[in-house]
Parts: sequence; C-alpha cells; structure tokens
Amino acid sequence: MTQDVQNVVDHFNLFRSPEYKDMFADKRKNFEFAHPDEKVEETAEWTKGWEYRKLNFEREALTVNPAKACQPLGAVFVAVGFEGTIPFVHGSQGCVAYYRSHFSRHFKEPSSCVSSSMTEDAAVFGGLNNMIDGLANTHSMYKPKMIAVSTTCMAEVIGDDLNGFISTAREKGSVPADFPVPYAHTPAFVGSHITGYDNALKGIVSHFWEGKERTPGEKINFIGGFDGYTVGNLREVKRIFDLMGVNYTILADNSDVWDTPADGEFRMYDGGTTLDDAKAALNAKATISMQQYCTEKTLDYIAKTGQETVAFNHPVGVAATDKFLMELSRITGLPIPDALTKERGRLVDAIADSSAHIHGKKFAIYGDPDLCYGLAGFLLELGAEPTHVLSTNGGKEWEIKMQALFDSSPFGKDCHVYPGKDLWHMRSLLNTEPVDFLIGNTYGKYLERDTGTPLIRIGFPVFDRHHHHRYPVWGYQGTMNTLVWILDKIFDEMDKSTIVPAKTDYSFDIIR
Amino acid sequence: MSLTVEQVKERNQDLIKEVLEVYPDKTAKRRAKHLGTFEEGKPDCGVKSNVKSIPGVMTIRGCAYAGSKGVVWGPIKDMIHISHGPVGCGQYSWAARRNYYIGTTGVDSFVTMQFTSDFQEKDIVFGGDKKLEKIMDEIQVLFPLNKGISVQSECPIGLIGDDIEAVSKKKSKEYDGKTIVPVRCEGFRGVSQSLGHHIANDTIRDWIFDKGDKHPEFVGTPYDVAIIGDYNIGGDAWASRILLEEMGLRVIAQWSGDGSIAELENSPKAKLNVLHCYRSMNYISRHMEEKYGIPWVEYNFFGPSKIEASLREIASHFDDKIKEGAEKVIAKYRKMMDAVIEKYKPRLADKTVMLFVGGLRPRHVIGAYEDLGMNVVGTGYEFGHNDDYQRTTHYVKDGTLIYDDVTGYEFEKFVEKIQPDLVGSGIKEKYVFQKMGVPFRQMHSWDYSGPYHGYDGFAIFARDMDMAINNPVWGLTKAPWK
Repeated sequence: MTQDVQNVVDHFNLFRSPEYKDMFADKRKNFEFAHPDEKVEETAEWTKGWEYRKLNFEREALTVNPAKACQPLGAVFVAVGFEGTIPFVHGSQGCVAYYRSHFSRHFKEPSSCVSSSMTEDAAVFGGLNNMIDGLANTHSMYKPKMIAVSTTCMAEVIGDDLNGFISTAREKGSVPADFPVPYAHTPAFVGSHITGYDNALKGIVSHFWEGKERTPGEKINFIGGFDGYTVGNLREVKRIFDLMGVNYTILADNSDVWDTPADGEFRMYDGGTTLDDAKAALNAKATISMQQYCTEKTLDYIAKTGQETVAFNHPVGVAATDKFLMELSRITGLPIPDALTKERGRLVDAIADSSAHIHGKKFAIYGDPDLCYGLAGFLLELGAEPTHVLSTNGGKEWEIKMQALFDSSPFGKDCHVYPGKDLWHMRSLLNTEPVDFLIGNTYGKYLERDTGTPLIRIGFPVFDRHHHHRYPVWGYQGTMNTLVWILDKIFDEMDKSTIVPAKTDYSFDIIR
Repeated sequence: MSLTVEQVKERNQDLIKEVLEVYPDKTAKRRAKHLGTFEEGKPDCGVKSNVKSIPGVMTIRGCAYAGSKGVVWGPIKDMIHISHGPVGCGQYSWAARRNYYIGTTGVDSFVTMQFTSDFQEKDIVFGGDKKLEKIMDEIQVLFPLNKGISVQSECPIGLIGDDIEAVSKKKSKEYDGKTIVPVRCEGFRGVSQSLGHHIANDTIRDWIFDKGDKHPEFVGTPYDVAIIGDYNIGGDAWASRILLEEMGLRVIAQWSGDGSIAELENSPKAKLNVLHCYRSMNYISRHMEEKYGIPWVEYNFFGPSKIEASLREIASHFDDKIKEGAEKVIAKYRKMMDAVIEKYKPRLADKTVMLFVGGLRPRHVIGAYEDLGMNVVGTGYEFGHNDDYQRTTHYVKDGTLIYDDVTGYEFEKFVEKIQPDLVGSGIKEKYVFQKMGVPFRQMHSWDYSGPYHGYDGFAIFARDMDMAINNPVWGLTKAPWK
C-alpha cells in the first residue's frame, strides 16, 4: 500500500495494512529470536493469577510503574505560583528538562525553570560557581522578582550548602542585596513530589517570615497542595471565597501561569501570589491546606507563628465540602451564603438523579495520598465501594486514616488500603480481585489494557486527555464535575457492552 | 518583501548582538561563540558546540541518562532497563518518547514500563549494590521472559561509589551468562545527552559484542543490513525498513527502535550498516567498521529528494539487483510523492521555518521542507558536535541563522524578530511559540503523529505541516476589538 493523498493515514492505520503486518511477523520470526507465542501467552496468563500476585507482593527492592515523582518537581510547582518567580534547580541540568516537559505535557502550557547545570567538575569541587553564575544569568536574562532555589539529588549527595552558596552569590553581586532567593533542600531520595512541595513552600514562607513579628489580622491563607487541577481548583476556591466575602491570600497560586492566553504574547510570568501578600501572610488569622500530606512541615512552621492551621484531604463530595465550608465559616465568622447552599442542593439533586448507576459499583483508586482519601470519601458517599486504594507515596499514617474512613461506612467493609505500593501491584489486584472502574492518572491506561478495567482519568499527570485541569474538582461545583466524569465513563461502558446488534442491543437503551 | 542574502546576514548579526546584550559580560562572551550566520563555502557553521551549558540560562538540553536510557537502550524491547537511583528520572522519561514496538508489555516486552530502584536515603548512605542484586533476583522471578537487564545509572550512583559492574557480573554468572549491562550514564557526566549516547554505544560494544556470537546458527545473506540510529518514533523505522526490504535488502537488526537483544547480537553479521542518527550511533558504527569490517553509510529518509538519493547511495554498496531494486522503489512511490507535493506545495510554498532539535534533525529535515517549497531560515542543535555542523553545511542556505544549545531567551527573541511561519522544536518550546501566535510542530515526538520517515512518512509530514501552518486558529489570536 502506498499513501492515498486524499486520505493520508498515520500510525493509527498505516501499520495495520497487510504489508506492514507481514513485515512485523517476518521480523519477529527471523530476527528477534522471540519466545514462542504459546510461551508468551502462558506466561501472560500466569501473571494474572493469585500465585503471581503473591510473588509480586513479596517484592522488597524492585519498584515497577510507581505513581510518584521526585521532590524537586513539587518545588517547581510551588515556585511558579509566586509573582514573577522563576524556579532555579541547583544540580544536574537534565532534571530541569524533565520537570519542564512533565508539566508542559500535563498543562499544555510553557513551564519556565532554570538549572545550575552542574557537571563532573562541580561533582568534585561543589557547585558554588554554578550558583554564582547561574543566579547572575537568571537574574539578568529573565528579570524575575524572585528566584526560588531547590536541589536535584546530585547537589544533595555531594552536600552543597544552599544557604552559604546563595549568600556568597549575593556578596559577589549575582543578585541585588535585597533580592529574594528563598531555597529548599529537596533530595529526590526522600519522599516524593509532595514532600518537595512542602519543603519548597516552607522555604518560601520562612524566607519572608523569619525574624518578623506577627500582627494577627483577619485574613486567611489558603494552600492547595500539589494538584493537577490547580488551575480549575484555585479559581473555584477564589469564587467560593468571594461569594462568602473571605479576605484571603492563596499561597503558591499557579492558576494563571499555567493557563495563559494565546493572544500573541508569551508570558513567562503571570499572576501568582504577590511577594507583598506572601510577606503579609504571616499576619493571617489562619492557614487552610487542602492537602495534609503536601503541607505537613509547612503547617507545622505556620502553626508555630501562632496561626491556626487546618488541613483537609483533597475534599471532594457533599460532606467533605460541607466540612470545608463550615471550617471556613467558623474561622472567619462569616456565614455560608445562600448561593453556596443552593449549589449544594443542586449537587445533592444530581447525585440523587444518578446514584442508581453508581451504587454498589466497585472502584480502584490510586494517586497521591490526599487525592485518594478525597475520592474514596466521595465514592463512599455515593454508595460505591473504593475496593482498592493505593498510594505509592502514602505512608503508615495515611494507611490508618484510610482504614478509619472505610470503617466509617458500610460501603467500606470490603475495601483495602495499599500504602507504598506501585501500579504493578495494582495490576495484580485488578487481575485477582476485579473491580468495575479504575480511577487514576494517564498511566492507568496500561492497567486498563492489561486488566480490562475502564479508566476514569483523575489525577496527575494526565497527558492523553486535554484540558481537564481547567475544571475544578473541589467545592460543590468541582464535585459535580467529578460526578459527571465518573458517570460519563459508566454510561460509555454500558453502551459499549450492549452495542452488538441482535445479541446485546436490547439493552442499548436510549434513556438511561 | 523578501530580503537579499546580504540583508539577511546583516539582520542576523544585529539580532545576535541584540540578544547578547541581556547577558552579563562573561556569559555574553561565551554565548557569542554559539550564535552565527552560515557563510556559503565555509566548512562548518562557524559556531562552537558540545561544551558545557551555562548555569541559569534555561538550556533546552537534557543529560547523559536521557541519552542512554531514553534514547539508545530504552527502546530495546525484550530487556528490562532499570532506572537506578531515585524515582524521578525514570518517571519523567516513562514512555514519553514514543518508541513504538510490537510485543506483550510486561511479559516479553518492557519498553513502556518504569523499572526503578527508587533510592531512599539509606541507599545513598549505605550504597545500593545489595538492593540492585535483589532487584535483579526479583526481575528474574516476576519477568521470566526478559532477555537481559541494563542498569541505567542516575546521578547518585557515580557519586556514592557503587560498583554496578561487579553486581552485573556476579548476577550474570548466577543466571547462566545472562546479559546484564551496567551503564555509567549518570546525569552529571558530560555536557548533554550526547555523552550518554556514547557511553551507551560503548556498553553495547563491551557487554554485548564482546560476549561472543550468541546465535551461530544464524544464516547470513549478501544483502544483510542493519538499521542504526532509528528509534522508531511513531513507527519511523518501520516506514524505513519497508523500503529497504522492497529494494531487496534484508534488515537483520533495528537499532534500537522496536529492537531486540538478538538483533544487537547479530549486527556484526551485517554487510552494511545504514546509519540514520549519526550523532547518537556513529560510535558503534565506527567500531563495527574497525572490528568487523562492516562499512557504514549515512542516509536521510526525510522527504522524497533525500530518500531517493539515499536509496541510491545505499544501493551503490550492493550489486545490480539491489540497484535495480532501488530504482523500482523510487519509481513505485514517485506518483504518490508527486501527488503529495502537488496537493501541499501550493499551501506551503515560500513559508519559512525555524528549527531547534537534537540528533540529526536540525539538518536532516531541511530537505523535506524544501520538497514542499519551504525555507529553513534558522536551525541549531541541542547537543550537536562540530561534525554535525560540518554536515549541516550540505543542507543550509547561505545566511541561515545558526544557534547552538540555544537558551530560552535567545530562541524566543529570534522567533519574535524573524517571525517564521513555523517553528519545529520540542515540548518545552511548543507552548511558548503558540502563545506568540506562531505555528509549531514538535520535531522530537512528531507531535504524537508520525511516522515521518520514508515515503509513507513524508505524506504524513506534509499533512501535518499544512495543518499547523494553515490552522484557522492563528487568525483568532487577536480580539477584534483590540
């Protein structure tokens, strides 16, 4: 076959033509020395059973398809949330290329970030010169208002001292004496991207607050945590705050920089928490975090300044949103406005309309610990069963908390929590104890392929579906989005399984 | 209004001067050596290359690990490649490069999986060798059909003094001579991906070739070739292989897209190595020439002009049967190529393009654009060496703007001033230029399309460039009331 210019086919259909299919078979037969097909099939079957699951769960050293990234990614996520701020990652340069690509693939947006480009000589002598030159170059080229420094594992292993290096660079005139260069050590071999979020945010607030006297005021600080829906969620939270009349500061507000218009201008910086607000945030009455496990050290630090701190676990659902709003109301003394009460009513109405299709369905969920908790809570509220809940970066404390959540609902009876496990473990779970739907990020599509469990994409990263990050999943409206995404998949699957004419299409209903 | 060559050169010089003004003096001096304008007749492009990137400037480059795991080793499908160190490197590069393959993933093929030793603090403090041994044992239990293991070192490995060679040898012995390849591709080594390619090539030499002939029963033919340096992005190597086979050659190995370890092992039996990505695999080609006497020839399968020339060049190494075969292939596809050009050239003629890519593409794709009547007015390499810039002289026109290891700032300014009709670069650049209202195609991943190699690929290439440039959205970027 050669291409027909009226209908050019690309990889989707090109390689299905007989010429290519024959070529693949010939290559496999004559050159690959592949295992016989029967052996491959037999082994594939074996990987689906309980024996394999047992061996798989006995793993102690190998990690396969983890659902977590490393600390500096979280640090970059935080840094771009401040006005005119460029993230500067001290260490090897390849890491920064990876973070930028990773975020751009998820948000479909530019992600600006620089590296100090350390190489062998810096490995031997330390990266001080890289810091001195790097800060000077970044400052003069990209005219930032702040440079937020974090580290790759290379700089951490050789023990570079950020505080000392930045002071020296400042003395050498890399940046003006009063130019803000907050920093955080973010070793990739400790925790995950959510730990990096925590460390970086603590680094920035402590940079502005350290040694300052707190004058308690009425403002509320809000922290979203590492969140693939940060664009939609932060906008939704602002809408809620405005409806209630809350006087607030969002710390690390990256909702604008990752959603800039295509109007002929590239904005390296857009929106973000102003540096003045970041400074003044010390005087807030309280700080609310939407994700406990992203902000443990930060909240600890903030609490020590005398503020009240409140942490949620990525609240999704009616009850979780109720709790969020009531806490907000309690802290601020402001009533929850009728407009939000009405939104709540609409969400309850939507759930009542649709719950027959969700009730009793089994789900597997994986993702960051807070996201898992929030989604599991919502599913229980819908009468669904979050049968397997897995978080590669979830720990012991999270496990206990998840179990308590299961125990609080009759629908949680047969549900299990899996801290520190990866998606290859999940594959065994789905093969041996199948569920109706899987909730996770893009990488869940491999599980969908291998186990036939339909994937609902909620999480980070989502590379292969566009624009969902522009929608909130928090608040009553956000919960509505989440509900609709789940329902869409349920209905699509119903249609797919009833579409065969004269066989199953009696149930191919026009009204559901 | 088009500028004369002299005017273009003058504009480029002014532009370079202008962008250098933003840098501190020391940096401006260093960057000046990487920026230039191609002068017809010169042996290279007049820019310095393959030296360290400058801290803090926003280089687009990656690291040695990316060059080894991401480019050379990762696509070998029946081996398991361990990202050895902390979790991130393997995570960010997981299945991102679109190295297509046929196989049952997780059973006999492993390309789109992320195997990592997920280093924790204790592994840094006490070393990771014990853990690596255990990982290999666990791989043997859970993935019994794997045909080999490679250890792709991340930064900490070389810094904490782990002996991955010893572990690999020990475990290889324990598993009856199993192929286990330790790769010292720590990200801090070298100045870019490039050293990672080189290191990876050397490990194939040392840990595959030097282990002897694993398939003595393999019967060769006089027409055996190996495709070297095609990573089968979106199926590129397949769209190339089919042409070589049609002209009568037998492709015994693909390096490394959709490749298998047996193909690597049998490569020294090829009669000719055909090399697409010179940058990433010239090393092993030279080695096979020296050690096994296998000649190698560079080819270019982007666009009909270059494909035609390449098919003839490859055929010139064989007898008349193959030469006739090449002519037949050229004749067979000519009608389709003419139709593609007839359809798309009127829509694309005289459009200007600026490129910034890696490997071979900053030069190799120029012919394909020219087949469509387009002009490449600026190009540069992420991690090229001087031999790349020498080869580029055969492709670029007098006055082309050249930028080596371009910084984010420079690229943005160049495009802003030159206002090309299309920019071809990577994911990190894509959205910057689209915000500016400049049509863009990713020229690493083919923007999730492809293949772009071969005759089948050119039709897709032409279609994609047209859909980027003639996308009606570019007429909407300005609000009518503004």
